[in-house]
Amino acid sequence: MSTAATTETKPAAPAIEKIKVKVDGREIEVPRLTADWSGKLTPTTMIQACELAKTDVPHYCWHPKLPVVGNCRMCLVEFGTPAMGPDRKPVMNPDGTPKIAKSPRPAISCATPISPGMEIYTKTPAVKQMREGVLESLLINHPLDCPICDQAGECKLQEYSVDYGQSASRFVEAKVHKPKAVDLGPRIMLDAERCILCTRCIRFTRDIAGDDALGIINRGSYNTIATFPGMPFDNNYTLNTVDVCPVGALTSKDFRFQMRAWFLKETKSVCTSCATGCNILIGSREEKIYRYTPRDNDAVNASWMCDAGRLNYKWIGRADRLKDVLVRGQKSTWTAALNEISDKLKKAPAGSVAIIASARQTNEELWLLSKLKAKLSAISDSIARSGAEDKLLVCDDKNPNINGARLTGMCFTEVGINLVKIADGIESGKIKTLIVFGENLVKHGVSAKTLSEKETVSEVVEQHGLTAELLAKLDTLIVSDILPNETTKLAHYVLPGCAHAEKRGSFTNTNGRVQKFMKAVEAPGDARAEWEFLHDLVHNVTGQNGFVTIEGLFNQMAKEVSAFNGLTWSALGDTGVTVQI
Amino acid sequence: MSFQPTPELEAEVNELITHYPVKRAASLMVLHAIQEQFGWISSEAVQWTAKKLELQPINVFEILTFYPMLRQEPQGKYAIKVCRTLSCALGGAYELHHHFCEKLGLDAHKHGPQTTKDGKFTVEFVECLASCGTAPVMMVGDKFYEGVSHAKADEIVGGCK
Amino acid sequence: MAQEYKLILKHADEPGYTPDIECYLRHGGYDALKKALAIQPKDLADGKKLSGAEQIREDVKVSGLRGRGGAGFSCGLKWSFVDRKSGKPIYLICNADESEPGTFKDRQIMHKDPHQLIEGMIISCFANDVKLAYIYIRGEMPEGAKILNRAIKEARAKNFLGKNILGTGYDLEIYVHRGAGAYICGEETGLIESLEGKRPYPRIKPPYFPAILGLWMCPTIVNNVETLCNVKHIVAMGGAEFAKLGTPNNTGTRIVSLSGHVKRPGYYEIEVGKATLRELLYDKNFGGGLLDGRQLKAIIPGGSSSKVLKAGEKFKLKKKDAEGKEILVETDMLDLPYDFDSLAQAGTMSGSSAIIVMDDSVDIVKALANLSEFYAHESCGQCTPCREGSLWMNKTLQRLTHGEGRAQDADYLVKIADNIPGGRTICAFGEACSWPVQSFVAKFKDEFVAKGAADEARRAKEISAPADAEQKQLEAAHH
Repeated sequence: MSTAATTETKPAAPAIEKIKVKVDGREIEVPRLTADWSGKLTPTTMIQACELAKTDVPHYCWHPKLPVVGNCRMCLVEFGTPAMGPDRKPVMNPDGTPKIAKSPRPAISCATPISPGMEIYTKTPAVKQMREGVLESLLINHPLDCPICDQAGECKLQEYSVDYGQSASRFVEAKVHKPKAVDLGPRIMLDAERCILCTRCIRFTRDIAGDDALGIINRGSYNTIATFPGMPFDNNYTLNTVDVCPVGALTSKDFRFQMRAWFLKETKSVCTSCATGCNILIGSREEKIYRYTPRDNDAVNASWMCDAGRLNYKWIGRADRLKDVLVRGQKSTWTAALNEISDKLKKAPAGSVAIIASARQTNEELWLLSKLKAKLSAISDSIARSGAEDKLLVCDDKNPNINGARLTGMCFTEVGINLVKIADGIESGKIKTLIVFGENLVKHGVSAKTLSEKETVSEVVEQHGLTAELLAKLDTLIVSDILPNETTKLAHYVLPGCAHAEKRGSFTNTNGRVQKFMKAVEAPGDARAEWEFLHDLVHNVTGQNGFVTIEGLFNQMAKEVSAFNGLTWSALGDTGVTVQI
Repeated sequence: MSFQPTPELEAEVNELITHYPVKRAASLMVLHAIQEQFGWISSEAVQWTAKKLELQPINVFEILTFYPMLRQEPQGKYAIKVCRTLSCALGGAYELHHHFCEKLGLDAHKHGPQTTKDGKFTVEFVECLASCGTAPVMMVGDKFYEGVSHAKADEIVGGCK
Repeated sequence: MAQEYKLILKHADEPGYTPDIECYLRHGGYDALKKALAIQPKDLADGKKLSGAEQIREDVKVSGLRGRGGAGFSCGLKWSFVDRKSGKPIYLICNADESEPGTFKDRQIMHKDPHQLIEGMIISCFANDVKLAYIYIRGEMPEGAKILNRAIKEARAKNFLGKNILGTGYDLEIYVHRGAGAYICGEETGLIESLEGKRPYPRIKPPYFPAILGLWMCPTIVNNVETLCNVKHIVAMGGAEFAKLGTPNNTGTRIVSLSGHVKRPGYYEIEVGKATLRELLYDKNFGGGLLDGRQLKAIIPGGSSSKVLKAGEKFKLKKKDAEGKEILVETDMLDLPYDFDSLAQAGTMSGSSAIIVMDDSVDIVKALANLSEFYAHESCGQCTPCREGSLWMNKTLQRLTHGEGRAQDADYLVKIADNIPGGRTICAFGEACSWPVQSFVAKFKDEFVAKGAADEARRAKEISAPADAEQKQLEAAHH
């Protein structure tokens, strides 16, 4: 009956042969093959071996998720291999150890495969001198405008300047001037003078996003990143180039000049714009969100996220957020409202209550709603959202947690199958109480224009016949939402809820990945995390008690919901666990 | 103005494409063919090339901007290239370039292509033309001239009608 | 007295010799190809058979032929690296992107005797099971491209190219591909990228060794024009016979491009190592000596990238004494035999066998600035040290030659240059652009320092002069 949760979706790969190498004199065993940027097993490179040895090798152009080009030269190291005699046998030292023939030339650690017995030297004076030389070269024509640069604080030039920089420049020539504040596309600005020509942006755009839109024009020191003149850089992944850019060359128009990076608090979270559930970091300061950036999770989004999802955060800070508990239009308190609702629900005859949950709610919230549903013998469903999908990350399901709604029994394989029944029940007078979470039922079809105010992801909500006239027939309409809408206006009870950024919880993505997210900012006014007040409501109505912490709540849910059996909040880790759906 | 390839150009390009198992490889030769016919390579010509070779325009633009022989602007009727590099310089190339510039009213300090106001000449001080034994050397269009004295230079300019 | 030995240029400059196929055939053209195609499989002692192609490859090894493009790498060894088990097609590219300043030898072959190159290529392709080959000719040789295209057409008409060549079942096509003004396309992987229709960015090695992952990621041979011509002669005379030309480990002939301040600049084919620099510069049948009244100042011995030799420099050269024992002999730079190994011992190289002679009229700082401008113009800009360093050195040298120098610029230049070569860059351009700077400044440091110091003194005077005038004016007002 119960399905054990697993951390891996794929069967274990066959064991890879290990070989011994030395990094700065320390011997380690490393796999002979390592997955490259595309996931293909290729000979392990020096930089990968150094990573396993916890030895930092500075680099600009190398990125584990992008093809290797070896152009920055920052990762040059010295190395040696076991010396071979004329008899093709290893030459031994007097102490019996193999004699190492040191290579007269350095090698780029990002592209040079390791071999058994190889010794990698990352800390020699020559290596230090090479790094200093590369860094100096990168800086001579750089504008050194850190004070006004958005990348300041997370810039690799700054970072390595601490280790390999010089206190004064000896460069006395005129700098090369290149285009600045280039409007590369609707979301991206380029400062070509800051660019170090590592080509990460080009490779990401061509090889990951599949849009061969960026290139290098001109020659030599005048090389410049560019699009074809007149063709804006505009695909749904352009902002990832800002992430991979190790310097301040590519900046996000949205984040540009908004906040110094070092003031941002980074909170681990999950994107809610579709069912993929890309892992993100929410960058916030003083209860204001400034940006989302993707967070590595190879089981979900690698290191990327789409632009639409990334920019879908502004609604959280909207001034017209629901901040007050309203009872029949009048400002009230949580205690008063919840007591009234509890009394009504306790008295409600079986089958007279319907619940429309939202697949934007967390697993925990949906599970708490399922407790109410069981107690009240309520009919329930949710609302599907669908839209365009792509080959990389964007899912056609625009709800972040439809699988959570299904697994907790709040909706079914065919989402929305009960909506007409609920409408009929209200029409016939059988259903007198409707609990609605996060869904504007009155909004039938959704035009892209009205939607764009709330979301940048295009989506379609199907018609279901739950019109304003019909809802007016209800004795009790309880609505929890984040933003005001036609349905909250009709509600007898309005319970102001929280955006995911304002609470903790978990979602189950389209592939069954259960992923938790953390609270980044405080909710405005009296708005409260849904799981908190739902817990109160469930306690009042069912008498079940217990879970005042999200950990406890999740762990109890994991015991009771078969798909989640075996999971614990802490075991979800930062990147989640995949369950059978 | 949009780019209008002639049937001859189309035919030449179609033939060039057959020389390579991968269409992209024809890029440079196609650009040469366009330049031979039009004298330069316009933005529309880049887009036409990209379409012809199933590429993105930036792929073609990347190489167009790399190679100095490929022109992004119309050139003079006669393209004069004077070799600048060491052997020719030892043989008087700077003086020769200066001579041309002075004669044609151009800036002798500029090494990149400069076109006379009447659009007749483009003079460029180029890197090694690989005929160092007969310095100084120069080209006018596809024609090569060796051991060019100032008198010979005047003769060459005079011959450009 | 050293003599020319015309193997490659045997007919090129003969009166009446024309580049068409009929003329070539009259002079025994394509006989070597016919010989190559007719080689019968040879039985080996271990029962294995050596095909005709394998025998040619062996013979090229035996010949000791070293690449004529610049690096001087063994051609037979290069061919032996080709991955013949990949199942992918093998390509051959003739590197006709002759662009190392000072070099103008391949131009002679292509313009005057194109079929020799075509024949050498066909044989080399046959020896390596190549069915598709390209000649990458530099863009500035439009005439050469036309001549080669004509020659290919003629060869195809005679069935030396195309399907089922001379009834042997062997197919081969050769196409001419034109560059467009980029020195970096002479670097074999840059050339491959350029041929593929991309920016000619040299590839990183590992993993992109042309012999394994070359043109379109297939095994690829890239050989210089002169190298490929030599293959024809190796087949014609046999590798062992070829190896008798020149000197041990420096076999065959080389076409030396001689330019700069000599009476008879030009191209001279010699047996490798059978003439010294002195002979090449001064002998009547070669350079014919310096211009009247001039003294030798320096020689760039192997194309502009090679390290400069200063007049009067002495080197310890390894030689065998009468008993065959290795001894070190002090040798004047002019007495260096012109071959690969002697010049390497002198800390420089014969490179593309291009000698640039500079007499005492030359401002050495200006000469280096000239080369530096070339390298700054030609750096592809792919990797950091070369992209930034080549322009930096040029800016410094332009400053130094335009009255804005500093005495410290000599040391400053060397420090910049030291950050570029020695494996720090993707390709050998890093060495090519920094070696001249390193060697010029090391060997003529006083001239660099003097120039910078003179500029500093002049500037100091310019600054103090107006101040003095002002002071005098003030004094006059007070009185």
